[in-house]
Amino acid sequence: MDKRTTAAAVVALGLVTLSACGSSGSGDKAADSGTVTLVSHDSFAYSKSVLRAFEHESGYKVRILKDGDAGQAVNKAILTKDNPQGDVLFGVDNTLLSRALDNGLFQPYEPKDSDRIVQRYRVDEDKHRVTPIDSGDICVNYDKAYFAEHRLAPPTSFDDLVKPEYKNLLVTENASTSSPGLGFLLGTAAKYGDAGWQDYWKKLKANGVKVVDGWEQAYNDEFSGSAGGKKAKADRPLVVSYASSPPAEVIYADPKPKTAPTGVANGTCFRQVEYAGLLSNAKNTKGGKALLDFLISARFQEDMPLNMFVYPVREAAKVPEAFVKFGPQAEHPETLAPADIAKNRDQWVTSWTSLVLK
Amino acid sequence: MDLARTEVAEAARGRRGSATRLWLMALPVAFFAVFFAYPVAAIVARGLQADGVWRFGRIGEVLGRSDIRHVLWFTTWQALASTALTLLIALPGAYVFARFDFRGKQVLRAVVTVPFVLPTVVVGTAFLALIGRGGLLDGLWGVRLDTTVWAILLAHVFFNYAVVVRTVGGLWSQLDPRQEEAARVLGASRFAAWRTVTLPALSPAVAAAALMVFLFTFTSFGVVQILGGPTFSTLEVEIYRQTSEIFDLATAAVLTIIQFVAVGAILAVHAGTVRRRETALRLVAPETTARRPRGAGQWALLTGVLASIAVLLVLPLGVLVQRSLDTPGGLGFGYYRALASDDDGIFLVAPIEAIGNSLEYALAATAIAVVIGGLAAAALTGRAGRLVRGFDALLMLPLGVSAVTVGFGFLIALDEPPLDLRSSWILVPLAQALVGVPFVVRTMLPVLRAVDGRLREAASVLGASPWRVWREVDLPMVRRALLIAAGFAFAVSLGEFGATVFIARPDNPTLPVAVARLLGRAGDLNYGQAMALSTILMMVCAVALLLLERMRTDRTGEF
Repeated sequence: MDKRTTAAAVVALGLVTLSACGSSGSGDKAADSGTVTLVSHDSFAYSKSVLRAFEHESGYKVRILKDGDAGQAVNKAILTKDNPQGDVLFGVDNTLLSRALDNGLFQPYEPKDSDRIVQRYRVDEDKHRVTPIDSGDICVNYDKAYFAEHRLAPPTSFDDLVKPEYKNLLVTENASTSSPGLGFLLGTAAKYGDAGWQDYWKKLKANGVKVVDGWEQAYNDEFSGSAGGKKAKADRPLVVSYASSPPAEVIYADPKPKTAPTGVANGTCFRQVEYAGLLSNAKNTKGGKALLDFLISARFQEDMPLNMFVYPVREAAKVPEAFVKFGPQAEHPETLAPADIAKNRDQWVTSWTSLVLK
Repeated sequence: MDLARTEVAEAARGRRGSATRLWLMALPVAFFAVFFAYPVAAIVARGLQADGVWRFGRIGEVLGRSDIRHVLWFTTWQALASTALTLLIALPGAYVFARFDFRGKQVLRAVVTVPFVLPTVVVGTAFLALIGRGGLLDGLWGVRLDTTVWAILLAHVFFNYAVVVRTVGGLWSQLDPRQEEAARVLGASRFAAWRTVTLPALSPAVAAAALMVFLFTFTSFGVVQILGGPTFSTLEVEIYRQTSEIFDLATAAVLTIIQFVAVGAILAVHAGTVRRRETALRLVAPETTARRPRGAGQWALLTGVLASIAVLLVLPLGVLVQRSLDTPGGLGFGYYRALASDDDGIFLVAPIEAIGNSLEYALAATAIAVVIGGLAAAALTGRAGRLVRGFDALLMLPLGVSAVTVGFGFLIALDEPPLDLRSSWILVPLAQALVGVPFVVRTMLPVLRAVDGRLREAASVLGASPWRVWREVDLPMVRRALLIAAGFAFAVSLGEFGATVFIARPDNPTLPVAVARLLGRAGDLNYGQAMALSTILMMVCAVALLLLERMRTDRTGEF
């Protein structure tokens, strides 16, 4: 008697499972050796032509999975370590590297041309579990118009930021949820040491630093130099962002201005390096190795800057003119070894939170 | 037919009824078990286990931390305050929508619902224009509320205004005003008449609306993150932080359990108010109860409500439109044109294609939500036993469980054939359907319950099969409700961000995901395109909701 009800239910269930199965079929393509899967974060970007050339030459089809922000992508990769979603993970930066290595995320592979990587970016050289792919600087950006109008020299160093003439001008991000926020904190820790950074932040706080949750709010809503900030009548002429933000303000403008509306305070930079590695239980190790070779090939390295707004790590890789002109890399950025970051990170962020946010 | 045989027949029908109900429930139960309960349980279990041993002691440890207790305290009181403020501002609105006739009412009812289905990434930026620097309040009185708790509370009013207007206003418009008038004729004062006649009839709806607003504000995420700044943290924000940034799954698991218990309690109370509300009230057609406002007092009330809507709801939405048109060369459609260009990097497709993706995903999600929610509502229609009522509340749970928990749960639970869905497109509509089902159920259920049971009995006595009874009796009466439910599920899916952002694939981002990615890059063109895409999303939602307004039934459900 209930046959028709049953039939309706079965049909509906069938539809759901069918569509589920149909698409899990396409997911399985990753398993056959013709496809290689790259897991990355949301900021991963590239030129189609460059990737197509790799696919053509290697015979692999590349599938890309963007898996949230950098932290999420790494955490998800650790959670799925035994049955990974892909073959290569790109986008582990120096602040997260130890977490990835300690969890056994990667297997060793030394890519072709890895001797062409600039020496100062190399890590883990005895095991070759990760390969550096790009670098970028987290620096204080300033609004040129504001400083011209107020006949004030923009700050150039960490020390400047606590001076009275820059009171209430800086906005930064929450170090516990935002990667530029964390980078800026690590920069001050590198500069003033484990003993001195808290004092520095007390002065910064007394000098009216504003903390918002993420880069989007800091840059688009609070910083007077950005396109969004101008529309929002933002009133903070100093923001923690990237050295590559000024060229982005030029490249993503129409009409393009002759010079960038923002500049970088060179003495406030912390260097971030992003790494890639072959995942431990990768299904297509051969394809993964080829993909890693490709990531440090000159062609990909020279394609990166205008897509991801980062610098290549390969020697002699060409950098776009706008980068050289409006956002050169810092000459003496602050750096910290990934092991030091791993050791202190949680404790620093906790003390920073109670010092600055409470 | 003697008495004994009638009883036997009735008992048989009763059994057959519950058998039918079990069959109807099978698919929704399976759906929730596989795509909700299992993933969430998997990730929570992962956090609470160490080397295969359960560590329930962690619950006590986490609860003992003063920062966690602070988060719990803040979560609760801001939700209470938000709920109170929303009721205070929106109840006059509910009255005006219920009792007054004025030009543009349908459009306005759709407009006030738009915020409810918009993602917070989109609105946060615009809302800052109201209460942030250079905003309206700043311009008038030099008041800036960003990164204060006021920003959070006002934004919660903005998002949840529609919940009160639709839930309370919907019922209010069907209460017969003559009952109150009769009380006044009999000598009651205006207030006494309202208190003894209207208020008791209305209070279950007010309670239900208050509980829904409390649920949404208790689990608030984007609003608190964007507008509150880093010093304010709700349970939901903390779960996100612990899972996604700190990677302390144990703490995240404990917090998830706490939130689960709290949300379960809210929903249990809510189920109770829903039951009370569905007790027989003499309802009349809404068209007969609304009239043009009369007298200075009523006009003042209408004006006040319209002004509060203009400032709190329309203005932030207007800012989005204004910014999307505000190009360097003056007002124009430059950013919209740029959406069609394939910039080759960030998206690999032109941003405009996100609209197509969003529509496809939302359609698939709507189909799933209507099938699952429709079956569930049908199963819940009859006289409800305790089990069935529990099932009712269960279907609402996804509204109160953190998207990051579900997202991470999918990742570790749905990773083996035949359920290796981690990289499948279907995951996005499935996650969106989880959020859409409660709306379908809540819209369908009151309508289904209003169908006179005797009609069904008559049909089955005459020999119709249950399927035929449903087709001939129920379907004609619920067709409109079904369309409304589908429309609401569609709008909610379009705006869904939390779950989608964890699983959307790179080559086909949805509108909210595309907006978030554009806002994540520096440069005028990126910002402008984000505003243009947000405006398009807003327009699509508004059109969907406007179509729904045209289809409103006499007795619509909660939304």
